[in-house]
Amino acid sequence: MKIMTCPINGPRLISEFAYAGEVKEMPDPATASDAVWADYVFNKNGPAGIKHEWWCHTPSGVWFIADRDTTRDIILRTYLYSRPAAGAYAP
Amino acid sequence: MPLRLLRFGLARQHPEPRMFTVPSALKKTYDAVIIGAGGHGLAAAYYLARDHGITNVAVIEKGYIGGGNTGRNTTIIRSNYLTPEGVQFYDESVRLWQDLSQDFDLNLFYSTRGHYTLAHTDAAMRTMRWRAEVNKHFGIASEAVDAKAVQAAIPMMDITCAGHAPVVGALYHAPGAIARHDAVAWGYGRGADRRGVEIHQKTEVLDIKTEDTGSGPAVCGVLTNKGLISTRKVLCAVAGSTPRLLSMVGLNSPLYIHPLQAMVSEPIKPWLDPIIVSGSLHVYVSQTARGELVMGASLDPYELHSTRSTLDFAESLSMHMLEMFPFLSDVKIVRQWAGMADMTPDFAPIMGKTPVSGFYLDSGWGTWGFKATPVCGKTMSHTLATDSNHPLITGFNLDRFRRYALTGEKGAASVGH
Repeated sequence: MKIMTCPINGPRLISEFAYAGEVKEMPDPATASDAVWADYVFNKNGPAGIKHEWWCHTPSGVWFIADRDTTRDIILRTYLYSRPAAGAYAP
Repeated sequence: MPLRLLRFGLARQHPEPRMFTVPSALKKTYDAVIIGAGGHGLAAAYYLARDHGITNVAVIEKGYIGGGNTGRNTTIIRSNYLTPEGVQFYDESVRLWQDLSQDFDLNLFYSTRGHYTLAHTDAAMRTMRWRAEVNKHFGIASEAVDAKAVQAAIPMMDITCAGHAPVVGALYHAPGAIARHDAVAWGYGRGADRRGVEIHQKTEVLDIKTEDTGSGPAVCGVLTNKGLISTRKVLCAVAGSTPRLLSMVGLNSPLYIHPLQAMVSEPIKPWLDPIIVSGSLHVYVSQTARGELVMGASLDPYELHSTRSTLDFAESLSMHMLEMFPFLSDVKIVRQWAGMADMTPDFAPIMGKTPVSGFYLDSGWGTWGFKATPVCGKTMSHTLATDSNHPLITGFNLDRFRRYALTGEKGAASVGH
């Protein structure tokens, strides 16, 4: 089975983790137009490539970010979320 | 027979007619270009030529005919859906399926088996009754049956599922059927080919050219690894590669790609007539005419653009199979594989016109596309020929997400994805 490295708990079987989709910047719900909000809610960065995603280690409840190559099924890097750098992860 | 075989060995040229002619080179211009020579793309080409008289068409395929999800599904055909849009659409498809072998003059081994969707809880049974009522309202043969009826139809099954999840009843759909999936692609391909459509295999699309017409972008050509084609109409029927093609014309979509795996056992004596689906145990299974069990389960749990197989999948599916059919413990698995399923948030496809004039989509077929092959071909060829969405697909357009008007079709996925 595939191994994923939790930034807190170290290498674990991937069955211990839950995938929660790509890291996206949320537009301000109070000011976003319907079109911008629909784009945020529904549209995805679909093509194959390197994705920045939310994952959760479910037994310990640790949320973190994984950089993953979806063409080769390889996990490149896992790290905890830090707010100042968040803008850098936008697709 | 050996003498006939010898003929193949000795002849300089292939002694039998080929299924398809191999076109020499791409022309400069086509009336329409269809990207993807799977069932959906070839069916659209077939009906464009047969019903709309448009034969100056190229079908472009990166790999080979029917090598994508057309050849990777578990071949189940049914129309027991949940929304009126879905039920009517798939019912038309089942009707088309039934005449297809004659239409093609090719045996698809279309075999009506009956289809049981098992319910293991009272809550699931309520959904089955709901689906049965929606189906009956549209004249489709579906009914809720109790556990005894299930046991009578499948005497070899452990109805308690090893005590974990006793079957309380099922949704029975009599028209449920299986067919040989390769033959569907070949039948449509040969039919289109005979009517003048060109099928170019091993031809990869590198870019789709658009121009600004003043009233928005419009398709003007397709760049392939064998040269540039100019055309005003492009149909995109490429399943897992759809997001990549959409990015070529500057469109976004809610499509996301997860692998869907399946596997097949060694051939054994016939014992399973109907098709069995269990949403709770994540299993669907049928037995082919050759005796193999064709089995599938739910999607892989994370996004991936790959058709790799995993041992986790074979293990968990086998475990659930044994809960239902413990006597299979000695049966060997001979093959497993995966396809790239293009999923949508509401489990309905994305079809029809797009904001790019002349660019038509047949996508979002996720884990439920094989059964819709004929009706997709019919409706997409109509949409292409008339440049207006066919009435059966108006609930499936890409702009439904912009309008927050989703078509919630949970009945689409045979097991809960």
